[in-house]
Amino acid sequence: MLRDPHADHQAEAATAADRSLSRDRESSYVTLTLGDQLCGVPVLRIREVVTDARIVRVPLAPAQIAGNINLRGRIVTAIDTRYLLGLPPQEAGSRRVAAVAERGADLYALLIDQVLEVLTLPDADLEPLPINLSAEWRKHSSGVFRLPDRLLMLLDIESLLAMPALAA
Amino acid sequence: MDDLLRDFISETAESLAELDLALIRLERHPDDNQTLSLIFRLMHTIKGTCGFLGLPRLEKLAHAAETVLDGMRGGTLPVSSGGVGLILSAIDGIRHIVSTLERSGHEPEGADATLITALDSYAAGITGAPAPSSAPAAASVRMDRPPEPAAAELSAAATEVMDQTATSVRGQTIRVSVDVLESLMTVVSELVLTRNQFLQHLRTSEGSDLTGSVQRLSHLTSELQERVMKTRMQPIGNVWNILPRQIRDLAHDLGKRIDLVMRGADTELDRQVLELIKDPLTHMIRNSADHGIELPDVRVAAGKAPGGTIRLSARHEGGHVVIEIEDDGRGIDTARVLEKAIAQGLVTSARAATLSEEEVQRFIFAPGFSTASAVTAVSGRGVGMDVVRTNIEQIGGSIAVHSMLGRGSRFVIKIPLTLAIVSALIVGCAGERFAIPQASVVEVVRPGMQAGIAIENVGAQPVLRLREELLPLVRLATLLEIEAVDVGGERPTDTVAVLTVGGARLGLIVDGIFDTEEIVVKPVNTMLRHIAAFGGNTILEDGSVIMILDPTGIARHARVEAAAASDERAPDAGDEDDSLDMLLLRAGPGAPCALPLSLIARLESIPSDQIELSGETMMVQYRGKLMPLIAIEGVPSIAAGPRAVLVFEEDNRPVGMIVDAILDVVPTSLKIELRPDRPGFLGTAVIAGRATDVVDTSFWLARVASDWFNRKTSQENARNRLLVVDDSRFFRQLVAPTLSAAGYDVTVVESAEAALGMRDRGRSFDAIVSDLEMPGMDGLTLARTLREGGQWSTLPILALTSRDAGRQAREAGFTDIVRKFERDKLLESLSACLSETLAA
Repeated sequence: MLRDPHADHQAEAATAADRSLSRDRESSYVTLTLGDQLCGVPVLRIREVVTDARIVRVPLAPAQIAGNINLRGRIVTAIDTRYLLGLPPQEAGSRRVAAVAERGADLYALLIDQVLEVLTLPDADLEPLPINLSAEWRKHSSGVFRLPDRLLMLLDIESLLAMPALAA
Repeated sequence: MDDLLRDFISETAESLAELDLALIRLERHPDDNQTLSLIFRLMHTIKGTCGFLGLPRLEKLAHAAETVLDGMRGGTLPVSSGGVGLILSAIDGIRHIVSTLERSGHEPEGADATLITALDSYAAGITGAPAPSSAPAAASVRMDRPPEPAAAELSAAATEVMDQTATSVRGQTIRVSVDVLESLMTVVSELVLTRNQFLQHLRTSEGSDLTGSVQRLSHLTSELQERVMKTRMQPIGNVWNILPRQIRDLAHDLGKRIDLVMRGADTELDRQVLELIKDPLTHMIRNSADHGIELPDVRVAAGKAPGGTIRLSARHEGGHVVIEIEDDGRGIDTARVLEKAIAQGLVTSARAATLSEEEVQRFIFAPGFSTASAVTAVSGRGVGMDVVRTNIEQIGGSIAVHSMLGRGSRFVIKIPLTLAIVSALIVGCAGERFAIPQASVVEVVRPGMQAGIAIENVGAQPVLRLREELLPLVRLATLLEIEAVDVGGERPTDTVAVLTVGGARLGLIVDGIFDTEEIVVKPVNTMLRHIAAFGGNTILEDGSVIMILDPTGIARHARVEAAAASDERAPDAGDEDDSLDMLLLRAGPGAPCALPLSLIARLESIPSDQIELSGETMMVQYRGKLMPLIAIEGVPSIAAGPRAVLVFEEDNRPVGMIVDAILDVVPTSLKIELRPDRPGFLGTAVIAGRATDVVDTSFWLARVASDWFNRKTSQENARNRLLVVDDSRFFRQLVAPTLSAAGYDVTVVESAEAALGMRDRGRSFDAIVSDLEMPGMDGLTLARTLREGGQWSTLPILALTSRDAGRQAREAGFTDIVRKFERDKLLESLSACLSETLAA
């Protein structure tokens, strides 16, 4: 293990490709924020990131569904990620950013606060979740990376896009 | 399965269909060498390819058939019907093998020894030997083919294929997977949206140098969209191809003579719809052949020609395709249908007495209903017409039957052009918009603002008093649990969309109606699929995503029991038959206008920059022809943006009428109050609860295309004089031009008394077309009076009616009954009556 855990993580990202062969295993993540929390999702699961899309709400839909988005002629269902993680709703007037992911034949847009950059991190650095996390975070997160300055929560897309239990 | 095999299978399927047609042609014209070479070539290709692909069983069979064909082509074998029958059997064999190949990728087990022996012995044995020696062999192979009939009879029994467009265009076509087309369609939709944003941008920024380029881009985009849509369309003839062969075989098996006449085979509709109507259509044609057409001796005894005719036609009519299947067979025995309906408990005998003929005839669509006394192998297995009806209704279509005992039956099927695109009513509710499929909207009413329509409460449930009916009401905002946005304290006026769900009706309270729009139905995401109120979602022209309401889901959700058991009314029989579809449109300020939908060939949206001026006349390039345009009074002839155009068509010559907007299609029973003071309008009618001006189509069209109504006179009608009796100026104005346009010499009177006066003065006519309901002497009395004696006692008399009075009218002496506005039917019926009079 040659990697200095305290190296600047941006430099790390820039040179990740060069060094990927010499490493055991590493994966790339899109980093994003939800409230004050830095989160990451596997880059291969995200098709694209859209900003300022108009969301039309869908009556009778489960609570975590924010509505539908017209993504260049395809209808994409927007997921209220904050709701799923137990965070308060976004302030009115703030920019809407969505990371588009695929599940089966459907496209879903995970609403987030902002998107940052792509980081490549060694798989071995992924640590289990602290046990004192809220039930929401434990349900939708699959591990944590300790970055030099802050923690990066790895979000579990499968669980975020899981079918909600049908209301009786 | 590899690609080569897959290509072979689909290509062979096409060849087999072509072979069927060609062989039937050959049977009728044994010396048609061109057809014979075509048959040989097709068979040869099949044989060659399957040898290459290693399909020995198929190759042996094709080879044996090819040998016989080679002999026929070389003149060493006669083209007898036995020979053709053998080749047809070989084609059946090939079809069987290919369908197994398609399912499993392997040839089925076994060999076709009997068939091959028969083919071989025909090829070898018959040369120089008398024909009958081979006949038993042919009969034994071909399951129950009767022994070789005389050649003359055969040609009469053979089917006729009109519109023969089978002249091959192979080589100019390539195979593209449907997925590719679908994705192309998606990309084009995106392109259209982007184009719209461009145009929007351009309108707000003045004098941009981009204007020209963007407009060109806009044109190209529209054109691209149109062409891509077209790739999904296929001529209905593709489905009909199999029918001539089926009818030929059926006629042989049943010992009948049947002529199949097909018209409009080039009418195009969506691939998906085509696939879905294929089986119902085939079933109905077989039904007509089996139950409809009588045996030759029965026909002769009934005074008809020994050969029966089945007419199959297709045409476009305002966003729909209308398919008609008509036979001149025995017709539906209403008494027997009724007897059976009572026996099966479909109707009580007390109620049965009050049913009209058409209502009784509709029982044939009831589940498990079959009147065929003997269950034949061909049809009549008791799963007939109800399945047909279900299949057709599933794709948003409808089916109706008109039948006359001893004269024949006519089935009219109306289906949407495409499933992907439906016409929808866009409604507003709590500040949001939703789409309702137009097919399930009966009418839109505003309670409180229209007399006789009010919302009342029964217990806690709101109901709508609509004329004579009480309808359960559902408030959309409550159903969807969305609360109205408070706009300055003023509540929007309630608007009620009356929906029909499986025969039952309910009213849906919304805040307002926006528009009707053609929408592309997209399935909802899995996560939302459990919500019964929605049937899909769509993207509107302005790019917003809206949900499509599912009337069935709404009815269920609101616990409205659809098709209440106590309701004895045959499902939607009454609604559909008593009314006329009126197209509601806006033209200029003031009240909306309307005209009968059936007069219109198509509704189009034409970009205004494509409209050119030629002298005083506006013209547009339309489907490869120049189409003159006229704007109705009050509509500006020059305006920006796409224009709504109603296209009328006659003899393939289109004429367009520009209106401001197309609002809706409303089934309505038309009662016109005359108002002759305003030229171009026939008067005022109450449609969907509003006073509506009824457009005098001929007035406007005559302005732009003076020869439109004077099209070339067809010779057979040239000397036929017609008397039209109708008290309504509106109908006289519609019927008379139609008939004179068809080449008849038309005289119009406005009462039965006036008609009788003409008879007494010694005027002579060839046929009479009369309204049934008239003040003074009505149509029935007129017919009875005429039949009693006098100069006109044997003339054909046609009844024009907007309601159902079949039985009475025929008893009174009418020759045929035609519903008002069924122009084609009227012309057809007239020419049928007149040719019968000539023959008699």
